[in-house]
Amino acid sequence: MASFQAMVAPWHEKTGGVMEFTGTRDLMAILTTRVEAGNPPDVVILPNPGQMVELAGDGKLIALDSFLDMNRMRREYAQGWLDLGSVNGRLYGIFMKAAGKGTIWYNPRVFAANGWKEPATWDDLIAFSDRIVTEGKTPAYPWSVGLESGEASGWPATDWIGEILLHESGGKVYDQWINHEIPWTDPRIKSAWEKFGRIVFTPGYVPGGAIGALATGFIDASYLPFEDPPKAAMYCLGSFTQEFIADQYPGLVAGEDYAFFPFPAIDSRYAGAVTGGADIVVVFKDTPATRSFVNYLTSAGAQEIWVKRGGFTSVNKLVDLDAYPDALSRKAAEQLTGATIFRFDADDSMPSAVQKSFWEGTLNYLQNPDKLDSSLTDIESRAVEAYGQAGLIPE
Amino acid sequence: MAGWLRSGPGGKSINRRGRLIPWLWLLPSFLFMAVFLIYPVIDTLLISFMNRDSSACAGAANYQYVFTNSAAQTALLNNALWLVFFTVLTVGLGLIFAVLTNRVRYEAVAKAAIFIPMAISFVAAAVIWRFMYTFRPEGFTQIGLVNAVATNLGLDPTAWLVQQPLPYIDLLLPAPLHTNNFALIAVGIWMWTGFAMVVLSAGLKGISTEVIEAARVDGASEWQIFRRIILPMLSPTIAVVATTLVIQALKNFDMVWVMTAGNFGTDVVATLMFKEMFNYHDFGRAAAMAVILMVALLPIIFITIRRFRSQGETR
Amino acid sequence: MKKELMKPRAGFEDFASRLKILLSRFPLHFFLVGIALLWMTPAFGLLTSSLRDAAAVANSGWWTAFQPPFEFTLENYQQVITQSRMGAGFINSLIIAIPGTVIPILVAAFAAFAFAWMRFPGRDILFILVVALLIVPVQMTLIPVLRLLTDLKIAGTFPAIWLAHTAYGLPFAIFLLRNFFVALPRELLESAYLDGASNMRVFFRLVLPLSVPALASLAIFQFLWVWNDLLVALVILQDPGKAPMTVTITNLVSSYGAQWQLLTSAAFISMILPLVIFFALQRYFVQGILTGAVKG
Repeated sequence: MASFQAMVAPWHEKTGGVMEFTGTRDLMAILTTRVEAGNPPDVVILPNPGQMVELAGDGKLIALDSFLDMNRMRREYAQGWLDLGSVNGRLYGIFMKAAGKGTIWYNPRVFAANGWKEPATWDDLIAFSDRIVTEGKTPAYPWSVGLESGEASGWPATDWIGEILLHESGGKVYDQWINHEIPWTDPRIKSAWEKFGRIVFTPGYVPGGAIGALATGFIDASYLPFEDPPKAAMYCLGSFTQEFIADQYPGLVAGEDYAFFPFPAIDSRYAGAVTGGADIVVVFKDTPATRSFVNYLTSAGAQEIWVKRGGFTSVNKLVDLDAYPDALSRKAAEQLTGATIFRFDADDSMPSAVQKSFWEGTLNYLQNPDKLDSSLTDIESRAVEAYGQAGLIPE
Repeated sequence: MAGWLRSGPGGKSINRRGRLIPWLWLLPSFLFMAVFLIYPVIDTLLISFMNRDSSACAGAANYQYVFTNSAAQTALLNNALWLVFFTVLTVGLGLIFAVLTNRVRYEAVAKAAIFIPMAISFVAAAVIWRFMYTFRPEGFTQIGLVNAVATNLGLDPTAWLVQQPLPYIDLLLPAPLHTNNFALIAVGIWMWTGFAMVVLSAGLKGISTEVIEAARVDGASEWQIFRRIILPMLSPTIAVVATTLVIQALKNFDMVWVMTAGNFGTDVVATLMFKEMFNYHDFGRAAAMAVILMVALLPIIFITIRRFRSQGETR
Repeated sequence: MKKELMKPRAGFEDFASRLKILLSRFPLHFFLVGIALLWMTPAFGLLTSSLRDAAAVANSGWWTAFQPPFEFTLENYQQVITQSRMGAGFINSLIIAIPGTVIPILVAAFAAFAFAWMRFPGRDILFILVVALLIVPVQMTLIPVLRLLTDLKIAGTFPAIWLAHTAYGLPFAIFLLRNFFVALPRELLESAYLDGASNMRVFFRLVLPLSVPALASLAIFQFLWVWNDLLVALVILQDPGKAPMTVTITNLVSSYGAQWQLLTSAAFISMILPLVIFFALQRYFVQGILTGAVKG
């Protein structure tokens, strides 16, 4: 929040415009109400392009290419990002604040002390986890998992599943999945769920088991590998986790006391694949103020302000890599830009109804591991409704 | 009721003006209520028979969904749980406290302590109890009071807001009834017992002491007095408290929403309706749920009206 | 009665029998005091946690704070008021709640008077309608109401939420006040009318002053309801600068998730005013419930 304000400050000084910010986890609820009532906010930062596609399809958004300098955009942003932000050939959203999701956080000092090495493949990862359990050193648990997030509980699990699916079945299947060209009950999708289940259900892997994962918040869970004494060895969540760790443990040094290794390969064909997310800026009202604001937000200068403060990865090509405050954030940025296969975060790419169903599905799965098939069928029926009704094919 | 009061010295012209006057007094109120309450109710009823964005008629499809879909069934079941346990336990505890506080000199202080939660918002209560129910896995330090007590008693820490099998309870209850619902109901009881206690206490004080003294003299035990004299005389008051609580149990939204967002099997009709509106964008289904809520409340409306009428006639 | 019988006794025997009574009632006292303490424990835990620093709260139960060293701090409150907008939230809550209390009471009083002391066709049926409206859940009305406010171009403003809260509060207010008004002594009003007073005069000079207890309790009821409301504010008031404390806290829960020291202090700030009102005006509050509930 404070960083966002800092980024906006120069715009405010230069133009005198005032930005009033509402942050809420109930974004969908409030946005829906206001849009339905014909009184949307001026500019909204959405967490996912799925919603952007819906809104653009409903005709609620202003096309950005009507006032942004598209030449500048093409210079500063890779075509892939521009495509992701477009619907039917027109640009509706620009991406800010990206985060790679394929990062597994750990404590390098603890690993060194215990003689552990970062695993490179999925099988290594499982073997490594088993080893930690049998060795019984400190930390006793290989994994920390936290899914609780109020209304959005379950989203960290969807990150896991998306990452697994990408590594196991590749980009093409991934695209089919999020475009609902294959059903949720497809065995490849089920396999991704089951692999995630392997992590959560294996006794001794996670403190408190599946229930512990359900009851722990996603921020809380990120602390476990770095407590003194550490309580778990690894935590898988996006690169924005760095901010959580740094806030809680200001004395720790990035790269030495906390670091990440990339998500291990499952199928070697897809090694180096990365899922990631980004916030997307969309505009509802076309006014001089919003034009100027959006122009500013998308510029490298603005984004560098937040980059320097940490916790922000920009997809703007012009942002200087040296602006990143430490080796770790630079590594995260490089992981994003250097990915062999890149896909946008799965649940964020789906229509909001399916996304919500996906989140809830993971919660149900953790509570009823033997009912995976019926959970998947439930999501499938929601998906049929949602995709069929909108008749849209997300980018 | 009160007789006709004229608005000035008599005369035909006054009468005619007089007939309009009540309506002038009523107008602002009815305008508000018509616009904000009556029209939306009718609107919602209509929407419940239409499709998700109200563009076409859908017959009874939404209602069919609500009664056959498993998530919706869970919500209905949970409302029933609230209805029974929340109401009965709150009335019961309120009654016990009313009777007991009646007998001590620091009655006002004791009552105040139990009544305080009525003053705070559900959001604040949710923060308080989420904190109380905080779960840390076994072997970790517990910072939530409930789990701290549990671990001190030798039990495992429990994730109260998530479904956690408590062996002895699970033997009694079938699967869809999750024990975490009771954790939420407990919060509701904590908040509303004060209300029940205060109203029942007033009712209690209205019972004439002579009857009770006479019974005591006749050798009746305290328990017999309670059952045979106090309870029956208190039953209208109990009815009032119970109806208020039943309404709360059915309308319940804030508390469930802020504590679990309806996850982990704690959904009630009000939270599910919210999700249908804002996550799933199916206004037809959401409206159907609202209507079902209203229908469930209809008996309450009738009881209240009947009670009001019978008391009105004795005036 | 008992006391008078005891007076002539000697002092020592008096004391002994009093003690005996006290001891035999010990279980009762134990139970009641225990319950009262139990009931206050959750809120007490909240208060205690709000006075501890982050590390302390995350690593130890709040009940351990009562042993040396006693480390309490006000920094959480400071942070939450300045950085997290609780200060602004408090003001906004006031701005919403005060008119949101005064207006419905005024409007309802007029209608209640008509229901109580005037005769007109359909009076009973209309009142039954009011009673029925008591039960309509707010969710059922939100979207049509918001659309209407937007069409009138006032959505998102304070007047809009005053209107909404007025409407939502009317059924109960009318119900409560009407019940109170009918219980007023009939002769008093009749003689006023016979003396030539108009309706308005009777209302303002006689009925309202006599109804102060009922008005006070209604005011407290309504004020607390509006102050503690979350949903209506979330939906109707979208401007973040106008957010009341309930909305602010909900946002804090999502951004500060597990930082209990901040959440607890924010929650406590939102609780202060209702608690003060409750303690200062408890009598009226209780009266209100009784008048409305018991008399039916």
